[in-house]
Order: sequence, then C-alpha cells, then structure tokens
Amino acid sequence: MTDHHDFDKNYLENGKGFKSWFFSVDHKRLGVMYLWAIGVFFVLAAIASFLIRFEHLSPGQTIVSAQTYNVLFTLHGAVMVFLFIVPGVAASFGNFLIPLMIGARDVIFPKLNLYSFWVYCAGSIILLGSLLAPVDTGWTFYTPYSIDTGTNVIMVTFGVFVLGFSSILTGINFIVTMHKLRAPGLTWDRLPLFCWAAYATSLLQVLATPVVGITLLLLIGERYFGLGFFDPAKGGDPVLFQHFFWFYSHPAVYIMILPAMGIISEVLPVFSRKPIFGYKAIAYSSLAIALISFLVWGHHMFTSGQSKLINIIFSVITFAVAVPTAIKVFNWLWTMYKGSIELSTAMLYSLAFIFLFTIGGLTGLFLGALAADVHLHDTYFVVAHMHYVMIGGTVFGLFSAIHFWYPKMWGKMFDEFKAKIAFVLIFIGFNVVFFPQFILGTQGMPRRYFNYSPEFAFLHQLSTYGTWILGVGFILMLYVLCRPTGPASANPYNSLSLEWQMPSPPPTLNFKEIPTVNDSTYAYGTKIEQEA
Amino acid sequence: MNWLPTSASTFAPQVDSILFLVTIISVVSIILVSFMLIYFVFKYKRKSVNDQTPAITHDSFLETLWTVIPTILCIVIFIYGYVYYDRYTTTPKDAYEINVTARRWSWSFAYPNGKKTFNELYVPINKPIRLVMQSDDVLHSFFVPAFRVKQDLIGNRYTFINFTPTKEGVFDIYCTEYCGLSHSDMIAKVHVVSEFEYAKWESGEEAKVENAYADMAPSKVGEQLYSSKGCVACHSIDGANGVGPSWKALYGKKREFTDGSSELADENYIKNSILYPVKGPDAKLVKGYGPVMPSYQGLLSDSEITAIIEYIKTIK
Repeated sequence: MTDHHDFDKNYLENGKGFKSWFFSVDHKRLGVMYLWAIGVFFVLAAIASFLIRFEHLSPGQTIVSAQTYNVLFTLHGAVMVFLFIVPGVAASFGNFLIPLMIGARDVIFPKLNLYSFWVYCAGSIILLGSLLAPVDTGWTFYTPYSIDTGTNVIMVTFGVFVLGFSSILTGINFIVTMHKLRAPGLTWDRLPLFCWAAYATSLLQVLATPVVGITLLLLIGERYFGLGFFDPAKGGDPVLFQHFFWFYSHPAVYIMILPAMGIISEVLPVFSRKPIFGYKAIAYSSLAIALISFLVWGHHMFTSGQSKLINIIFSVITFAVAVPTAIKVFNWLWTMYKGSIELSTAMLYSLAFIFLFTIGGLTGLFLGALAADVHLHDTYFVVAHMHYVMIGGTVFGLFSAIHFWYPKMWGKMFDEFKAKIAFVLIFIGFNVVFFPQFILGTQGMPRRYFNYSPEFAFLHQLSTYGTWILGVGFILMLYVLCRPTGPASANPYNSLSLEWQMPSPPPTLNFKEIPTVNDSTYAYGTKIEQEA
Repeated sequence: MNWLPTSASTFAPQVDSILFLVTIISVVSIILVSFMLIYFVFKYKRKSVNDQTPAITHDSFLETLWTVIPTILCIVIFIYGYVYYDRYTTTPKDAYEINVTARRWSWSFAYPNGKKTFNELYVPINKPIRLVMQSDDVLHSFFVPAFRVKQDLIGNRYTFINFTPTKEGVFDIYCTEYCGLSHSDMIAKVHVVSEFEYAKWESGEEAKVENAYADMAPSKVGEQLYSSKGCVACHSIDGANGVGPSWKALYGKKREFTDGSSELADENYIKNSILYPVKGPDAKLVKGYGPVMPSYQGLLSDSEITAIIEYIKTIK
C-alpha cells in the first residue's frame, strides 16, 4: 500500500495502475473490481449458452458433439452460478454502496474485504482451471455420476469450496458493518432497503455456504480416497448428496435474487418521487424469505425418491415462501401510484424486473404443486422458470443498478436514448429465448438433452433466434456504457439517499464528517396530502 | 400447436386440470400486474421536476388484501396438487407389477410371467400398473409425458410409479435425470394395447418372433437386434467414434486392450465382450474406452448373440 493518501481525491483517481487497484482496501474500488470480474464471467458463460442454443437449431448434432454439449451446459451453469450470480450484485454493488448508504467511510474490516476478493479470484482461477479436462456433470454435481465420470470434478468442486470462503467472509463483513457503522440517526427503520436486502443475503451466505463447502469436501473425499458417502456401491446414498446440495443451493437462489430486489426498492422511489410503499413489509419480507428459504430445499427433489410425507411438507412451505414475494411485487407497483414517473433506463429495467419476476414467480406455483411437478420436473419448464427468475430478476436488477449508479460510480453520464434501445432488444430477446421453453417443457421436452425429437424443433429454433436478439442487445448495452457522454453532477436524479449527497465519483474517504440522518431515505412527496 | 402431450393415463387429466387452474391464476395475475404497471406509467408520467406527489407510505387495507388473496390462492393450489399426488402415489390393490431396470443408456423390463423386454414396455389398457424400478449405475429418471408420470431410479433402493393407461398407442419414455453422454438417446417406447392383444403378446409373441426369425438370415436378425437392444446408442456402424468402439470392419481386426495385450476380434471374442464386457472371465477392455458397457447376460439368447455376430461380419 502507498504511504501517500489523498482522501479528498475521488476514488478513481487516487492511485493508478494495477497495484493501486489490486491491493486497494477501498470498498468502492473492490466493488468496481467485483463488477468487472462478474462482467467477464457473465460474458464467458453467456458465450457458452449461445453455443448451447446454436446447437439446438436442429435435432441431432448441429455444431458440437454430445460430450462438448454436456461440457458447455456444465460450464454455463457453474460459471453463471458460482462466479457470476452468487457473488453478483451483493459483492459488487453491496461493496460499493453499503458504506455510502449508511454514512460510513468503509466497511468495518477493509483488509478482510480485500482478502475476500483475493479468495474469490483464487477460487475462480481454480474453477476455470478445470477447463483443461472440462467437467460434464452439470452444475449440480449429482452423485453417483460425479463420482463416476472421468472428468475433473475435484478441481471444479474445490474451486467452489474456495469461493465459498469469499462468500462467507463478505457476508460477515457486511453484517458487522451494518450493525456497527450506521451513521447517527440512521435507525434500522430508516435503513435503505438495499441494505436490508444485503443484510438478509449476508445472513444466508454465512449460514448456508458452509454446508455446500462440507458437501463438496465429502464428494472430493469420495472421488479421491474412495470413501463411500454417496455411492450406493459402497453403501452410500446418492440422494443424501441432493439434500446437502440443495440445503445450500436453495437459499443460494435468494442470495442471488434478494440484492436485486433491494435495487428495485431503491430505483422505484427515486423515479416515482414517492416514498417506497410498505417499507416495513418489504424489509421484513426480505428476512422472512431468507429464513423460510432454508426450509424448502426438498422441492427440488419431489421425484428423487424421498418420502411422500416429506414431499407434502416441502410443498406446503414452498407455497408459504410465495406469499412474501407477492407482497413485494404489489408494494413496488403501488409505489408508483400517484407518483411522478420518469422512464429512465434504470427505471425501465426495474419495471421489466417486476414483470418478468412476476412470471418467474407465478410459474413457480406450477412447480410447487406436487402433482404438476411430477410432470414438469427436469423439463424445459424448469429451465424457463429458473431463467425468468435469474435473468428476468437478478440480471435485470443488476442492469438497472449499473445504469442507475453509473453517474455515481464513474462520474459520467451515458446516452440514455441508445441505452433504451439496448433495453428494448434485451427485453424482447430474453422473452423470445425463454417463453417458448415453458411450452416445450409442458409438452415434455426434458432438459440437458443434446438430441431432441423433431416435434420440438420449431420452439427450439424460435428460442435460438431469441439469443441472437439478446446478444445484439448485450453488445449495444456494453457499447453505450463504454462511451460516456459527459461529466455527472453529484445528484442527477435528485435522490435523497446518502450516496448521492457527495460528489460523483465519491472521494476516497466518502465522508469528511460522518453525516447525521434525520429522516427516512424515502421521504419523497408532501406529507400534507396523506393526512387529508 | 399442441400445448400438452397426448393424455393417455388416468393421472394425465388430473395434472392437466392443475396446469389449467394455475395457468388461469397466472394469466389473470400477470394481466393485473401489467395493467397496473402500464397504467401508472402513462397516468403518472412526469410532467415537470416540480411535480407534487403525495407521501403515501402504507395502506393497511391494501396490504391486507394482497397478503390474504395470494395466501388463499396458494392454499387452493397446494390442496389440488396434494390431492392428486396422493392418489398417484397410492398403489391400487390389484396393480400389475413390472420390474424396470435402467442402465446407461437403456431400459429393461421384466414381467410377472418371466418375460423380459428391452427398451419396449408392454402394458394392457385400463389396468393399474405398478413399476418397481432400480438403476444399475448412476441416477436415471423414468418419464412418460403422455402419462404425466416421472420418478428417479436409484442404485441402492427401489422406487415406484403407479399409472393406469387409458389410451392405446405407442408413447415415448424419456430419461430425465442427466446420466452422461447418451442421456438424450436413452429413449424407450411404451406400448399400450388392448387386454386381448396383451394376453396374446404375453403368451405367444416370443414364439412369433422366433418364427419370424426363422425366415430371416441371421445377419438380418442381428441388424434388428442392433437397434432394438440398444447397441446403437454406443456402437456406430459407420466408423464414427462413440462411447464404445465402432462395429465397422470390426470382425477380424486386431484389438488392443488396456492391459497391453491384444487379440483378433473373432466370434468368441465378440461373444465374450457381449456377456462379460467389464467384469468376468477373460473380460477385455479396448484401449481408449471406459468400463461402461453393461453385461447382456440373460438379456440375449445364444441365437441372438450369433445373429449379432453375423451382422457384425457384414459391416465392412
């Protein structure tokens, strides 16, 4: 680290070169580095998915062999889940925003924060190193196939194991930061909802991640030392692996989506000039979702051979988690009621989130219903449902954040008009890719199929054409973001949130004097009317 | 376009009724959400930066409304799903049991009268069927879209499916738990036939097939077995590399094994490889291939093995 600090300089200019970034403990720089990293992995995994879709342009072999196809969907899933979407919004925007939003100069353990990033880098390198003998198990690593396959399962799972530490340490850091470093007057019921969402996410990261870590260690032990935890040939139980795996991976779904929900709760009030509707309901439903999410993992396993009673219990709890989600959607919608709505690019992505996430949530009702899931499980219906939640939800939320905080993060503005064209392409492309997959799945098209019956050809082709629209949209969005139009003012959207009450980009120290908070973050509008 | 596959079991219309109910609920909800979204965007469009907005922070009535209604809908959907699932998982007393074994990448079926079939399941119409299923290797899943039934097969315990077919015809059986290279080709057919046909099949088809074979050259029989017994999934006949070695010009070729030894591919070598591909007396594994082939002991008769060997001889 350099001895010479200039705390008044903006964080982007305080030091140049690789070392000034890679050894920086500044939460803003770490947030930006995470954003770059997840961006690179997103592009990598997206390329894999484009190849997968291209392969499905015709039944049988189109461009790649069956083995390559199996590797591609494993790579796509593993990179998207473990390198992109789990760290995703929480690590990038969580790091950048939490200290700014709560009026702190940094997170409480800045060095631990840097260490988490390094661990993330190490885990990513290990995981991608497996490409030397690419894995063909699917991102779920189900046993006994993952014990049996000749591919490099140990390296990938060890990569995920290492990444887990980054996740846990970041979670601890955020939790303690929010407990200890909130500015005077910033009570819990004034805390921005993005922070609430990050808090719930951090809880999940700290409590759930160790389980997947241990599970993957057991798997490594089984492959390397021949221990018999999961292999029926050695008296193990393959379904046990699924329980362990989903005990983490279901809460992980909420690790992925909660921060995006937090973003929507920040963007909507600003562009509607209204207080967020039902603040407490949204804050507490984040926590409720986080807690219930620990108790629904078995709904991934309705056809796995687990007992009937267990299936029924998991179905009940699954429907219980649907309710707080519905509450959030209506709260967001009602935030716009009688507002003054500006359709900025960030707002468009947030509105698209509400629409697409609602579809994702509603299609979850099909899968939660036991008898219907017997038919739909492991078909394209599940693929479509999951992508409506993960892309329509998390990725649209992330894109909203990228556009919304662009002026704050880079100190520049971008071309709103072109960005909106990119939005339209991405929105249409996404729906063309994934909506037909609901129908495919209902018709009985199984997932992870290299080959398919000719009767499914039309919908498969339609879905593939959608990826081309989506791809053009992504490229245009990147182009727009790489060509800023001019300097940004401190608060171009007249937001009341703390991070906008400082220059853009923020100075290294954030706040020369720690501010005192006197009102809600969402104190928009005039209160007189409400009483009338 | 057909939204749903053929409906061919008593369970299928029950599943479809849930799909229908949830689709109605979903369509109404998404129209409501879209309408509110679009209406608000146009109605409350920003006119100037000085727009006055009311500071509405909550509304107990509305919030109760949109908590209670989704809760009720969720309870209704759960009950529907539960009731039909309960019927599906309850085995009828007079169910006709068939044993199912899955292995990479084929299905075999064993019937109460001792008959065995491979990648073809025969069931009588309108009779409750219970499948007792097990996997020989990794996880598989038995899925018949026309019946709307699906169940994983595991290595260390039996799993079960109940269904009553209601429509004659031939329907697809898919594997829906990823099981490796030829996962998407692990497809079998279920033949739903009338009770009369079924009785005929039960008592006589084997003889009929033997008779049919009697008029055919062994190599022609072998050609049929090549696809009906699932060899096609792993062994090509055009020289293309698959999970196992291609059969093209195989007969008489020198085979090099993983243990360093080698042998000419003659009749005895081929027969031995079919019966003991990985384990057993004199099992040999060709260099460059994994130990994945299942044994066909008990699944192929001696005359069938001979027919396959004769067929291999014709592939040049």
